[in-house]
Amino acid sequence: MTVTMGGALNAALRDALAADDDVMVFGEDVGTLGGVFRITDGLTQQFGEERCFDTPLAESGIVGFAIGMCLTGFRPVVEMQFDAFAYPAFEQITSHVAKMRNRTTGRVGLPLVIRVPYAGGIGGVEHHCDSSEGYYAHTPGLKVVTPSDAADAYSLLREAIDDPDPVVFMEPKALYWSKQDIELPCKRPAFGKAKVRRDGDDVTLVTYGPSVPTALKAAEAAAEEGWSVEVIDLRTIVPFDDETVVRSVRRTGRCVVVSEAQGFAGVAGEISARVTERCFHSLAAPVARVSGLPTPYPAPMLEKTYLPGVERILDAIARLQWDDQPDLTYAEVGARG
Amino acid sequence: METTVEAMTAALLPSPNPVQLIDPTGAEVEQAGTRRDYPMPSAARLREVWRAMVIGRRFDIQATALTKQGRLAVYPSSRGQEACQVGATLSITGDDWLFPTYRESMALVTRGIDPVEVLSLLRGDSHCGYDPIATKTAAQCTPLSTQLIHAAGAGYGEKRRGTDNVALAFIGDGATSEGDFHEALNFAAVFEAPTIFFVQNNKYAISVPLSKQTKAPSLAYKGIGYGVPCEQVDGNDPAAVLAVMDVALQHCRGGNGPFLIEAHTYRLDAHTNADDATRYRSSDEVSAWLERDPIARVEAWLRAHGELNDDIVSATNAEAEAKAAELRDRMNADPSVDPMSLFDNVFAARTPQLDEARAMVATELAADSKEV
Repeated sequence: MTVTMGGALNAALRDALAADDDVMVFGEDVGTLGGVFRITDGLTQQFGEERCFDTPLAESGIVGFAIGMCLTGFRPVVEMQFDAFAYPAFEQITSHVAKMRNRTTGRVGLPLVIRVPYAGGIGGVEHHCDSSEGYYAHTPGLKVVTPSDAADAYSLLREAIDDPDPVVFMEPKALYWSKQDIELPCKRPAFGKAKVRRDGDDVTLVTYGPSVPTALKAAEAAAEEGWSVEVIDLRTIVPFDDETVVRSVRRTGRCVVVSEAQGFAGVAGEISARVTERCFHSLAAPVARVSGLPTPYPAPMLEKTYLPGVERILDAIARLQWDDQPDLTYAEVGARG
Repeated sequence: METTVEAMTAALLPSPNPVQLIDPTGAEVEQAGTRRDYPMPSAARLREVWRAMVIGRRFDIQATALTKQGRLAVYPSSRGQEACQVGATLSITGDDWLFPTYRESMALVTRGIDPVEVLSLLRGDSHCGYDPIATKTAAQCTPLSTQLIHAAGAGYGEKRRGTDNVALAFIGDGATSEGDFHEALNFAAVFEAPTIFFVQNNKYAISVPLSKQTKAPSLAYKGIGYGVPCEQVDGNDPAAVLAVMDVALQHCRGGNGPFLIEAHTYRLDAHTNADDATRYRSSDEVSAWLERDPIARVEAWLRAHGELNDDIVSATNAEAEAKAAELRDRMNADPSVDPMSLFDNVFAARTPQLDEARAMVATELAADSKEV
């Protein structure tokens, strides 16, 4: 059957609520309305206000309240309405959610899922398009998960809800309406297992979430130019699947990391460093990054320029020293331009 | 005719003056003008609170001494706030939740948690030495007011489980300026969570006086905008603290949602041993608060009622001394902390990245032990 990513997420929440009475869904507008993206559509109607409910409009309160409910044995799944709207909850997430198991010597685990619709590409206005995964991935104690298709959306969300640790579940909102022909419920590989979305021999594209379809398009276009491109979808940023990435890059000898978040001090930089540390002697060229620009997320009419697209990925592939000549892009000392 | 809104507001208001049942001399205060009835607690409860305050104060002094001996990295004293620390804590049961801050060490000892486990955070061998689930006592919280929302959630969780257990959360006056204080009151109110917010207004947030935190008539009034009933109490009067806690508990256990208490008290010591209180307050001010000692006044009342005599006082002092000596001895032993435990509780199971870091540290430690 044809399922959208949004529909798969809705099905995952529905099945989790049915499977475990301790699961609760709450946040802003998730009740009667069914969420601004309709991911919680129909849950209050089916399971009642007790299981899926609206909260006051305060993100720190939502996450902190969920922590308290965990202490009494519940498994809350909370929604942050948009990426940038989660920032008021940042202290609760970094100081408590991430640290609780550690600061209590393993005595208090928080089986909590924080759903965050994130990233751009939907023409959203200010504060609705941030790629905030780096903040969470940088914080020890948080699992950071991001699906790129409907099947993973279902499987990873079910796993996140069952996980004994807190999971920041990043939903690429531009892919909410993407469709896939699958049967639900479905079970995909567990956290920490990346998926090779396309096999290739010449270059490895490492990517995740909203950038996966773009990377696949770029791989298709690259094939026409004679490059065989492998595409790895991380699925979980934390835990990170070094093994799949390293195995691929050692074989292809070239790597481009693609992420929508701006590049400086971000997840793409971390991946690039890990690959360089582990694959240096197999690399024919430096690991390249194709990312968002080092600017705040732009106004909708400029987002096409901002987002890493097929052309920018192809340009990066083209610079991977195919003729064994040094890439002079970074020949100048200091930042280019 | 009074409007519904006026009636609703009136039901939330605190008493115009802090509730006081025993004055600093030990005399009973005639009750007039309080918004609710506050009967005198039984002599037996007052004696229990008095005893725990004597032990609690001695513990607090011992902990301060342990910082001077280098056994604790830092200690935020609550000397002078015994009526709050002990009175509020003894008002709840072991089935209720407690959400303490870093200043509540005395409250935790009063709750029956091993003092060495309590001081684990400040000694530096772990972030929390006791089991928060087994004791129903959250880890001591440092980011101000953040634990209040957890208390609202835990209170709501208890309600959903069908118990009449409550969550008691402590904070100080400065923390009422934090956003989470307001979100916690609001969430607790909206979800009718049985949560008691107990503000120990000890007049200073480190050095900043209350006048720079708020323009409210009194911190107790901050509940009204959220529909939370409020009370203010003489936080150096153990009898009044018990009486107000009883009303708050009855309110919460009756399914009526949260309650906010402001206790007017004073921190006799500096913020911590690392602070110099003479930079922001006068010795005259401190002396005036010494006159309002919570232990002395309830001791005077108990003696006047034939509930306490010299023998009991000296026996209790000896008991407190013995506990302090035992604590000192136990704290003089160096705790053993295993570096490899660093990797155990980041997640329920280690990730490959944690395994990698763990292997590196294991190699380093093995190399170190060979060098020795």
